[in-house]
Amino acid sequence: MRKLKDDVLLCLIYLAAFFAEFLLIGILVYVFVKGFPHISLHFLTTVTSVLEGTVGIAGNLVNTIYMVVLTLVIAVPVGIGSAVYLNEYARPGKMVRLIEFTTQTLSGIPSIIFGLFGMVFFGVTLGLGYSILTGAFTLSLMVLPLITRNTQEALKTVPESYRSGAIGMGAGKWYVIRTILLPSAMPGIMTGIVLAVGRILGESAALLFTAGSGYFLPRSLGGWFHKMVESGGTLTIQLYLSMEKAQYDIAFGIAAVLLCMVFCMNLLTGLLSNKLGDTTDGRG
Amino acid sequence: MVRYRTDTRTRTVEKAARIIFSLCAFTAVAAVFSITIYMIANGVPAVLQAGWKEILFSSVWQPAAQEPSFGILYVILTSVVGTFLAVLLGVPIGLFTAVFLAEAAPGWLAAVIRPAVELLAGIPSVIYGVLGMMILNPFMYRLEQRIFADSWTHQFTGGANLLSAVIVLAVMILPTVISISEAALRAVPPELKASSLALGASPVETIFQVTIPAARSGILAAVVLGVGRAVGEAMAISLVSGNAVNLPLPFCSVRFLTTAIVSEMGYAGGLHRQVLFTIGLVLFVFIMMINGILSSILKGEKRQ
Repeated sequence: MRKLKDDVLLCLIYLAAFFAEFLLIGILVYVFVKGFPHISLHFLTTVTSVLEGTVGIAGNLVNTIYMVVLTLVIAVPVGIGSAVYLNEYARPGKMVRLIEFTTQTLSGIPSIIFGLFGMVFFGVTLGLGYSILTGAFTLSLMVLPLITRNTQEALKTVPESYRSGAIGMGAGKWYVIRTILLPSAMPGIMTGIVLAVGRILGESAALLFTAGSGYFLPRSLGGWFHKMVESGGTLTIQLYLSMEKAQYDIAFGIAAVLLCMVFCMNLLTGLLSNKLGDTTDGRG
Repeated sequence: MVRYRTDTRTRTVEKAARIIFSLCAFTAVAAVFSITIYMIANGVPAVLQAGWKEILFSSVWQPAAQEPSFGILYVILTSVVGTFLAVLLGVPIGLFTAVFLAEAAPGWLAAVIRPAVELLAGIPSVIYGVLGMMILNPFMYRLEQRIFADSWTHQFTGGANLLSAVIVLAVMILPTVISISEAALRAVPPELKASSLALGASPVETIFQVTIPAARSGILAAVVLGVGRAVGEAMAISLVSGNAVNLPLPFCSVRFLTTAIVSEMGYAGGLHRQVLFTIGLVLFVFIMMINGILSSILKGEKRQ
């Protein structure tokens, strides 16, 4: 009886694990089989237009790149700065607890709430309207905890002797941070950035009411700058809208492209965490 | 003289660096603070105008009617019931997978399944919605046709119902539940397991009667995080749940707190729009409660 119970439970454990595995394989096969036939150079380099009879996602690709770059430009310095403050300047106490608590809270807030906040704060109060910049500001609040936490973890692994040694030789704190701590923490910072990119690529609820859904390419050189304050839908937004309009071919094409991107991000995270493992091992 | 000047310069730079770093650190505080203020400031006016009983405890949602009614009781209930069912379905699978990864798996098999879980966590939520819509909904529709073949009162939904949403949510919380509970199971001291085995318990008994109870606060944290993720999910379930305001019954088309915002914020105006912000506020209150529970669990864990 006891043996039977054990076997049943063990069987369930294996079943659960294989369920996760087959779920992933099923999703990948389904999306790629349905999506790859629609991906072509044409699909990637043109904009959907009824006049010219083209179907493409070039505009959304460009928007996605804008969104990723702008969000990182805003969030990465702030996130790293926050981690440096928590780890190098602040003394444990109420302030640190407050900052760490709010950072944790920020990572638990669902993206639709970020979307509402971004719409009224960046869109209305700051007057940015539906624009890529509004979306980027909103998303940078969302990915801030990722960057802060990963940088913090990396800074914690830098040995204390590095700091005391450099300070003892007369270096200022900022000099130590700039030349020793941040370079040593680089793999951790990169992990945070890659995770953030993955999050931005997949985000939709926070962007629907902040960045809008424009999908055109800028026509002139000035247009490329002006694009930041124009509405622009990322790939994920276009995927959602195509699904609502029952344009399943485009939807699966985009889904396959997105999955490829997410896959690359995962590979990068894996490589980086290997590297991080090596560096910390090397320093004992 | 020269030396003196560089000294002041370094001192200014040091001071500036300190100030800039502390400003960065306070961004998170300022963000959470202003999100809270904005959610309250935008969510409360509708409650004052229409009355909190009319909004929170009325089940009639007719924002565009001649005499509009903004009852969100069913919407709140749907979120609560949907999340509860998704956790009920997702947590056992997630916990068992975590047990597999932490305790039972041979090395090579864990090396295949762990990356799969990580990749599942990275798949955008809209794609889960797409798959739910293309695979789950037709299946549910067939089920619906069979179950309600003789029913005169059932409104057919084409498969976009609460059950589809629950299944999609359960799948979406799996990675969170798996990775947090695996970490919790791994943190159990090996002596505990060794003594259990030495007393004659089988490996499986040890897992279920020693390791899992010892890791319970970490597993609880995983469940709470899963609840948070399920409550806040919007896009995936907005594609599969049908989007009509109904009692949360398995084969009814339903609307969640999140999908209510997604589906109507685009065109709502006036009081209707303000009520959508009230829905956002309700969701925000839920999330803050979940965060509070989570941090008290984590604190308790640290004290142990």
